[in-house]
Amino acid sequence: MSDGTTNRNRGIGLGFWVVGAILLVAMPLLNVLPPEDSWLHLSDFSLNRFGKFLAYGILALGLDLIWGYTGILSLGQGVFFGLGAYCMGMHMMLTIGKESVYGSDLPDFMVWNQFKELPLFWYPFYSFTVAIIGAVLVPVLFALVFGFFAFRSRIKGVYFAIITQALALAAWLVFNRNDTKLGGTNGLTDFKQLLGYRLSEPGTQRGLYILTVLCLGGAYLLCRWIIRSRAGRVLIAVRDSEKRVVFSGYTPANYKLFVFVVAAALAGLAGMLYAPQVGIITPAQIGVLPSLEMVIWVAVGGRGSLAGAVLGALSVNYGRSVLTNYFPGLWPFILGGLFVLVVLLFPDGLVGMIRKGKSILISRKTGEGKTAVSEGKR
Amino acid sequence: MSTSFVCLVEAQFIVMIISLGRTVAALGVVGLFLFSGPTRTIAADGPVAAPPTSSIEQALTQVTSEDESVREAAIRLLIEQGDASLVPRLEEIRATADRSIRQAIKPLMDLLKNRAKLTSPSADVRRSAATDLGSSGNPSVIPWLDAAMANEPNKWVRYTMEESVALIKLAADDPSIKAAAADKLGELGSQNAVPLMNQLVAAGTGAEATESQKMVAKAAVAAIDRIETWAVWSNVIETFFRGVSLSSVLLIMSLGLAIVFGLMGVINMAHGELMMVGAYATFVTQQCFTAWFSADVFDWYFPAALPVSFLVAAVFGWVLEATVIRFLYGRPLETMLATWGVSLVLMQAARVYFGDLTAVVAPGPLRGGAQVMVGVYLPYNRIFIIALSIICVLGIYFTLFRSNLGLRVRAVTQNRNMSACLGIPTRKVDSYTFAFGSGLAGIAGWALTMVGNVDPGLGQNYIVDAFMVVVTGGVGKLAGTIVASLGIGGLNKLIEPYSGAVYGKVFILVLVILFLQWRPAGLFAMKGRDVD
Amino acid sequence: METKKPNEASPVEADSVAPSDAGPSRRELLVQGSKVAAGIGVAALLGNLGNWALSYAAGKEPIKFGVLHSLSGTMAISEVSLRDTVLMAVEEINAKGGVMGRPIETVVVDPASNWDLFAEKAKQLLLQDKVAVVFGCWTSVSRKSVLPVFEKNNGLLFYPVQYEGEECSRNVFYTGAAPNQQAVPAVDYLMSKEGGGYTKYYLLGTDYVYPRTTNKILRAMLLAKKVPVDRIMEEYTPFHHQDYQTICGKIKKFAAGGGACVISTINGDSNVPFYKEFANQGLRAEDAPIMAFSVAEDELRGMDTSALVGHLAAWNYYQSVDTPQNKQFVANFKAYCKKNNLPDGDKRVTDDPIEAAYFGVYIVKQAIEKAGSIEVDKVRKAVYGSKFLAPGGEIMMDAANHHTYRPVLIGEILADGQFKVVSRSKGLVKPEPWSEFTNPDKGCDWIGHQGTYQK
Repeated sequence: MSDGTTNRNRGIGLGFWVVGAILLVAMPLLNVLPPEDSWLHLSDFSLNRFGKFLAYGILALGLDLIWGYTGILSLGQGVFFGLGAYCMGMHMMLTIGKESVYGSDLPDFMVWNQFKELPLFWYPFYSFTVAIIGAVLVPVLFALVFGFFAFRSRIKGVYFAIITQALALAAWLVFNRNDTKLGGTNGLTDFKQLLGYRLSEPGTQRGLYILTVLCLGGAYLLCRWIIRSRAGRVLIAVRDSEKRVVFSGYTPANYKLFVFVVAAALAGLAGMLYAPQVGIITPAQIGVLPSLEMVIWVAVGGRGSLAGAVLGALSVNYGRSVLTNYFPGLWPFILGGLFVLVVLLFPDGLVGMIRKGKSILISRKTGEGKTAVSEGKR
Repeated sequence: MSTSFVCLVEAQFIVMIISLGRTVAALGVVGLFLFSGPTRTIAADGPVAAPPTSSIEQALTQVTSEDESVREAAIRLLIEQGDASLVPRLEEIRATADRSIRQAIKPLMDLLKNRAKLTSPSADVRRSAATDLGSSGNPSVIPWLDAAMANEPNKWVRYTMEESVALIKLAADDPSIKAAAADKLGELGSQNAVPLMNQLVAAGTGAEATESQKMVAKAAVAAIDRIETWAVWSNVIETFFRGVSLSSVLLIMSLGLAIVFGLMGVINMAHGELMMVGAYATFVTQQCFTAWFSADVFDWYFPAALPVSFLVAAVFGWVLEATVIRFLYGRPLETMLATWGVSLVLMQAARVYFGDLTAVVAPGPLRGGAQVMVGVYLPYNRIFIIALSIICVLGIYFTLFRSNLGLRVRAVTQNRNMSACLGIPTRKVDSYTFAFGSGLAGIAGWALTMVGNVDPGLGQNYIVDAFMVVVTGGVGKLAGTIVASLGIGGLNKLIEPYSGAVYGKVFILVLVILFLQWRPAGLFAMKGRDVD
Repeated sequence: METKKPNEASPVEADSVAPSDAGPSRRELLVQGSKVAAGIGVAALLGNLGNWALSYAAGKEPIKFGVLHSLSGTMAISEVSLRDTVLMAVEEINAKGGVMGRPIETVVVDPASNWDLFAEKAKQLLLQDKVAVVFGCWTSVSRKSVLPVFEKNNGLLFYPVQYEGEECSRNVFYTGAAPNQQAVPAVDYLMSKEGGGYTKYYLLGTDYVYPRTTNKILRAMLLAKKVPVDRIMEEYTPFHHQDYQTICGKIKKFAAGGGACVISTINGDSNVPFYKEFANQGLRAEDAPIMAFSVAEDELRGMDTSALVGHLAAWNYYQSVDTPQNKQFVANFKAYCKKNNLPDGDKRVTDDPIEAAYFGVYIVKQAIEKAGSIEVDKVRKAVYGSKFLAPGGEIMMDAANHHTYRPVLIGEILADGQFKVVSRSKGLVKPEPWSEFTNPDKGCDWIGHQGTYQK
């Protein structure tokens, strides 16, 4: 059961604080304090990579909100993620200035594309504020328009999934064109500094990591607040049976639009944090395949649970990182197998498995038979 | 007669100057003055009855002479009097000669070879030779072309020969010949003539144009007008064909998907990979034929691969249904995700097992194309796919609406419980339907080997398009799929020349998204009182 | 079994409907599953720990070379052969005693044709695995993605593929052709009488940095040679583009009247549908030959070559090059593939990037031995000016600009997927990363200057 009925009135659980402490305090300390050779030392590379995973976690939270709680499967979250990342990326590109390969004020890709001057839509991104606001606002506006028309015409279920897939494909095609003046297939890369801080400095990366953790915490609290509010109850009702919601006098379209926009905002935020930590953003993050992978993070982690979403994002990405080192050719099999297994056998994902494990242990301990956490007819 | 012949010979030099380069040209002009006398006399007498072998022999030795003009004369003689039997000897000479001589001999050899090819049994070779002779610009070839034309059975080879003759005459000196050639080319609708005629027009409209140039220019303008008008029409026809061809490709891909989605409500994202399986089955069949049978029957691998692709893909589909899909009926979103996982596995398996480079050689009858009209050339492989899609549609129609199996399938779709009560084995019907849809995907893969690659990514290239077609057409209606594929394919090809391939596709995707907002259930929606 | 109509969401609680006829009991499955998952998690953690332990315990004896080529995804088609080549070269070197007496250990990672992953894996190789040098990348996109990583961390990348130039990095050695060693001589050949004296040029490429930049240079060159603007057409298609009907129609129209050629920088799997459509629309190599810069023997293995005979390519090496060391190299490569059960076994072919990857490894070996150390700055210095007898002939590393002297060979495609050399440069061609046509005022020099400088 999701953290709905039974834990409703409890405050933020102990788990949140423990995990928060580890991520926010312990890990950066492990990066700074122990000497480099010690096995306790968390390398800059690892911390940086973890920051990337946490950014993905923010996106997963948004996706869980719309899929796990509202039942809307969106196969186009990559688009919103990409929009946020590109906004931040554009700002960082403009601050490279003369340090670029061609030594001109224009970003490198514009030089080899033979664009003579900066396109108009780039100018606002000289400002850091615009970049930050844009990274969240642009996906929001996009989602607002798309969602308004989609939900109003009552497209749902599979059809909605397919049109979000079409959206992802269209966006990918457009971003890949060099004429779009966003770097084409190469994307935006070679970022040097952000707000004066050199991106190559470990200190800057640590700062970005901490910022990501804070944003993740904030996003988690936001989602939790939404779920526990009355609106959250309506969302879950929409997932379970939209018809009845309509009969009860609510307009599902408005609620759906609301969460869709929130999810887009979270995806944009994730993208904004992703770009400076990874150092590159290309259309490869925008298309059909990455958007599907984002769904599998949530599915693996546990789709009815916020913690599950983050856990899924972390575990799948970490798994990929590790497995492509040891079994390079095997990763697609594993990823594909994960899809199938999770859908068929473990619909509640890791969180579900953990809960079942806990309840089995509890029921064994107390010596009772099947407990209230029924497992029979589902 | 002799005057015009002299003009022709002089024209020949002008053209040779253009085509053989400046140094050779300059000396060629010198050679003309020195040797025009005897050459003209011989030429003016018409074709010599029995060309004395000694003059050919003499010419062959003179070809390697240091003196440009002697070479030129020798080459001219050999062109007029020689034939393809001289080619091996020229080859020998060429092998040991230096660069400038090699470069001078090459056009000669090409001309003689092409002359021989004019009588080849293969129409393609004759046509190719006629085209090359036309671009050589050498007036000596005109009699050869005229002679070949008289006995030519193939309409298009004749056309090419006429075109080549006219092209050469267009570069003649005599304005009346030029004008006549321009008229002829206009009548033929030849695009190849346009650049030359543009030059003539430019020359004729300049300030210092002479009367004759103006006359020629006038003829050229009229001819260009005719040619361009026809070009517009042929373009329209070709665009139409391309639209239909793309539609047929989309239709073949989408039919299997439409059946599975429409009749069973299952979104199979591994559909593209089932197409890939069909394509690989075709590849394997080809390899088997190469290994076990002789080369004569090689082309038969293609028809043999049809049932193989169908069956292999159907088996894969059957297994997929039994292991994964069966548990997910009524949960289309989960089916999407699970089948996506399967598709990743299949893709990587193909990559690991087959490697990435598998070439399927098109069987003879499907290579090349047919010229239907001037400027309209239709590739055989695309005609084949159009025909195949029509056959598939008819086949599905008959299977679904006229056979017992089809009746059962439709019954199960409309009311599963009732069908079960009536004794229809619903599980079996599900398996067979899914297998059939997968088999259709296999056939699509088989057909697509003629158009594209056989590689693990084959499915990915097409899957989203197939979904667009099915969803736009309306789930559960085959007519919808057909109309949607025609609409999407046609629209795509219509826009493409103006917008480029990418923006055309983006435009179509956006259109589909908007269309679905307007009619969420597709073109031909299932009518019913479903509250949803 | 109860089933629901399609499109209706299941009206139960958060958890979805279970498969009703599943075999073993759900609890058992779940328990098993949890054990497996926990096991994987522990294994991963231990793996990390073990990695650290191994490198610590081994006392840093072997020298590590990193291999950064895609082994899955769309670029695997080309990059897998490069990984095999590097491994083969390392095997050969190790069999002869290694480098400075120490064995070479290869660290192979798979960035899966994903440019963002390329950056991550590069960081990993340099920072975590601490390799001495990396052999990697194929597309210019992947190289540009990892470039900042190599520059920030002072690593060394040996890049074996022909590219568009306009780069002069201290941390990359370019063993493939620069534009003046491939594209420019190819067009020179086409313009020459020997090459056919073509006057119309259709520049067709895939839409990314390499074709865009190469065509920029070629256009400047053609205009400098007084080719009228209306005789140059330029067009781009996206990766994986399959439908070339309209484009072949355009080429046909452009080629009417003769004198036209197509300069193709199409990359990847789009080549097959392009050549097929070209031939099927009745265009012949005589009407408009296609000169390709990204089609080599390895790509030809996956194509129906009957449509390709007579078309051209420009490279610095072909498998058919007739030298004794090449014959040996080709035989060794085929034997290696067969021995290691790689797909296609001894039907594998060698081509330009494979040769470049191969001699790249040997150049590094020589440099390390000359410098007596694996420190990047010392190795870099030792690479300048070094020579090696590559399979295609002797090559030389430039003394200052990080590129390689190589010969230019124009080849014609034969029916068996091999090339016949129809034109050859006189000797080795000096590499110029900044083209004289687009950047005549720029040069690349790391000895006399700090890389790119104004002349």
